Amino acid sequence: MSPARKSKKPRRAAKSVYHSHASEDFRVGLPDLREIAARVLKLSDADETEVDVGAVSDALTRFANNTIHQHVAEQNLALSVRVVFDGRTARASTNKTDEESLRRVVNAASSLARVQQKNPDLLPMPKQQKYQKVRRFYPITAAASAADRARAVARVCATAEKTKQTAAGIFTTGLTESILANSRGLFAHYEQTRAEFSITILEKDSSGWAKSNSPNLVEIDPEALAESASEKAVASRAPREIEPGHYTVILEPPAVLDLVGFLFYDFAGTAVLDQRSLFTGRMGKKLFGENISIWDDVYHPLQLGAPYDGEGIAREKVQLVDRGVPRNLVYARATAKKMKARPTGHGFSLPNEYGEAPMNLVFAGGKATVDEMVLSTERGVLVTRLWYIREVDPYQKILTGMTRDGTFLIEKGRIAGGIRNFRFNQSMIKMLSNVEMLGVPVRAAGEESFEMVVPAMKVRDFHFSEVTKF
Amino acid sequence: MHDWAQIAVGTALVRGATYADARVMDIRQRDISTKNGAIGTVAESESLGIGVRVIASGAWGFAATDRLTREGVQACAAEAVSIAKASALAKTHNVVLAPEQAYEDTWQSPFIKDPFRIPVERQIDLLLAADKEMRKVKGVTLAEGSMSFRRIEQFFASSIGSAIHQVKMLSGAGIVATSFAEKEIQKRSYPNSFGGQHMESGYELVESLDLAGNAGRVGEESVALHSAAQCPEGTSTIILESAQLGLQIHESVGHPIELDRVLGQEANFAGMSFLTIDKLRKLRYGSEIVNVVADARLEHGPGLGTFGYDDEGVPAQCTPIISNGLFTGYLSNRESAAAIGEKRSGGTMRTESWNRLPIIRMTNVSLLPGTWKYDDLIADTDDAILMETNRSWSIDDRRYHFQFSTEIGWEIKGGKKGRMIKNPSYSGITTEFWNSCDAICSRDYWTLWGTPNCGKGQPMQTMGTGHGAAPSRFRNIKIGVAFAK
Repeated sequence: MSPARKSKKPRRAAKSVYHSHASEDFRVGLPDLREIAARVLKLSDADETEVDVGAVSDALTRFANNTIHQHVAEQNLALSVRVVFDGRTARASTNKTDEESLRRVVNAASSLARVQQKNPDLLPMPKQQKYQKVRRFYPITAAASAADRARAVARVCATAEKTKQTAAGIFTTGLTESILANSRGLFAHYEQTRAEFSITILEKDSSGWAKSNSPNLVEIDPEALAESASEKAVASRAPREIEPGHYTVILEPPAVLDLVGFLFYDFAGTAVLDQRSLFTGRMGKKLFGENISIWDDVYHPLQLGAPYDGEGIAREKVQLVDRGVPRNLVYARATAKKMKARPTGHGFSLPNEYGEAPMNLVFAGGKATVDEMVLSTERGVLVTRLWYIREVDPYQKILTGMTRDGTFLIEKGRIAGGIRNFRFNQSMIKMLSNVEMLGVPVRAAGEESFEMVVPAMKVRDFHFSEVTKF
Repeated sequence: MHDWAQIAVGTALVRGATYADARVMDIRQRDISTKNGAIGTVAESESLGIGVRVIASGAWGFAATDRLTREGVQACAAEAVSIAKASALAKTHNVVLAPEQAYEDTWQSPFIKDPFRIPVERQIDLLLAADKEMRKVKGVTLAEGSMSFRRIEQFFASSIGSAIHQVKMLSGAGIVATSFAEKEIQKRSYPNSFGGQHMESGYELVESLDLAGNAGRVGEESVALHSAAQCPEGTSTIILESAQLGLQIHESVGHPIELDRVLGQEANFAGMSFLTIDKLRKLRYGSEIVNVVADARLEHGPGLGTFGYDDEGVPAQCTPIISNGLFTGYLSNRESAAAIGEKRSGGTMRTESWNRLPIIRMTNVSLLPGTWKYDDLIADTDDAILMETNRSWSIDDRRYHFQFSTEIGWEIKGGKKGRMIKNPSYSGITTEFWNSCDAICSRDYWTLWGTPNCGKGQPMQTMGTGHGAAPSRFRNIKIGVAFAK
């Protein structure tokens, strides 16, 4: 098993794999969304009104035991209205767009707002903003059909059958369209497609896993992912139990993602204001290793998401950590005012108690491949993915969790075989101070965090505290 | 609304389905939160739509839409059939369902006070009163409170002739005091962490909690934890209070008994289970005094897993899961029951909303009460740590190895509750843990807790589950590992 090999494999010409079915594109369309928003704004007699309309069309094909066992599709349109009366604000939502329902949702928001105390932190709604364009809608993804996904799943299941392995996973495609408008003239529009394939290959006493997602369906190669998962299942057969302890670990990008994903809210100005961030009292001080730099950057080519926040403020690229030193936080408008900072366009929809968060983390990387990391390791553990990660200590940022679906012992620069899964209890501060090698950052997909751009990492002194039975 | 479900089922059959069911669900939600004397969130939402599930060409299909017109519902049902036919492209066998009768019925969860009729300002005032009491305590750096209410009205119809109308009312509330000092963040929650207590109840639940009356104590404990002794590392007797034990049941009994997980259907995401079919009625899961049931009936209590019928039209049941320590039952649906040769589904198919496929979920998975009085249990314990209120939870993907930490602990020495312990944690292997249980408190100390945030399925569904438990004692448990250097 060589995890780096999958990136060297030529990508198949996927356009020939997926058949375009124009009728499967369930977009509501900008004119209709705009018309709904205009009707809401007209119905409201509030001092200020904001309307958020989002349409979703998602489908997911789920397989296990080499057969499709769940296969779903949904269409929904959600409408959310926020009103302001004399410094008081509230929100009401519905998925009904008839005139009576629109009137009711506006009235519900108004009733909730009117009975509140004044909010001294509430700012006037923003006027029209300028947004940088991002292209995240791919018609081929929007047009993917149930049969397209089923055929791809059938191929990987047939391969698994042939190799006497068992495949389980998902293949999902979908689209979202949304607009945000307010009575002060702000109007923002965003549309995005999404495709994701995840596969676990099981053997009698081992398993392997691979996952990828992209807005562009042609970037998803189910058979290559299945092959990678299959190789890991083979390579981790007959796992040995080794003693828990402190090990040099090589974390593949999904494992890195699911750990560092727990940092994202710590970068919120509100989290520091509330003194629940690990950066409380630590801004500007060396906290991580020199090789750790982190940005929030929605415009990064491997990122997804709208270029504006919950109030319609344009998202900025923010350097959060510079060579191990936490330098900047992100701020919603109200948080920025309280903390004498500039809004960065990371606010959640109002009203809320959490303020803001960076949702598009990008880590600086290096040039090392996972193979090179393995070659350079005398004794260590290679981790494919992690599972059930939870925060044990918020200020030392100790996380616990398990390894899963491909955990390997490294001896003298080579994979020595599969091992039983470990529990870890590891401080993120210590981990990010102990990074010895970094890979090229990739768009990683895990299960515990939303997708980010992170590299594989070689980390010394990673604490595996206990071992499980498989 | 019931007509839409019938139209969907009829359309699916015309389009070639051999089985169809449909759920029209009308969901209303209110969420309120406060933070440090100010309102955080005040929001209401409603969502209405239909989900149609079919078997065609021997395979499953599901489609959901919010377009509740004749044309929209028929298109949705037709799409479900078309999806099922696509599923047949990767099919190893035809879907077989365990037999079930048809039911025509109406069921409503009981409540006294409709939370949506309680003025929102009264609800905000209640949270702000508790907030004020927490902030009176010097050293409390963050005071938070929350309430949520959900009303679900649903109409179910199926091609075997069922027509079921159900209304559920769910309420929940809780407070949290957080204290940051030097290099430590400590917090205390009441009545439970992660949103407090949640039940199938009306506003009377919130009033019964006395949030303001407990706020001062919660604040004081969060500050006192900074100067408490660190939980030692080693092996010890532990006593778990009932809310923490509820989560222990959830993770180390509730999830491993899900038959879809056992049969490999969750292998890619939620994981599998060590409770393979060969272990049914053979495995010694716990000690002789351990009895666990999965009970969706109202007789068990108004838990988050209580209903009249599950979301494939099977009546609520009580399934013995662990009987005097022996593993005796799974959570099943019609398909998985048939797969393992059971005569009937255990009735545990539940869906988060109209746009999600029903999947096997916990109902109320509860540890039945024992015989001990709480004071007698403490007096009978020579050396232990009493652990209260969950702070973190984690378990492997086959549900063998777990680790939990709680917000607070108390040393028990010579039969007496002693000094406060901070950062308590314990870990172990599921069956070893339950076999080490040697005392369970009686019905007087038993609480049916609600876990409102159980995630499972793809697309992810969040579901409320119920877990009844009374304080219990466990011997020879590994403690303190979470903070070991």
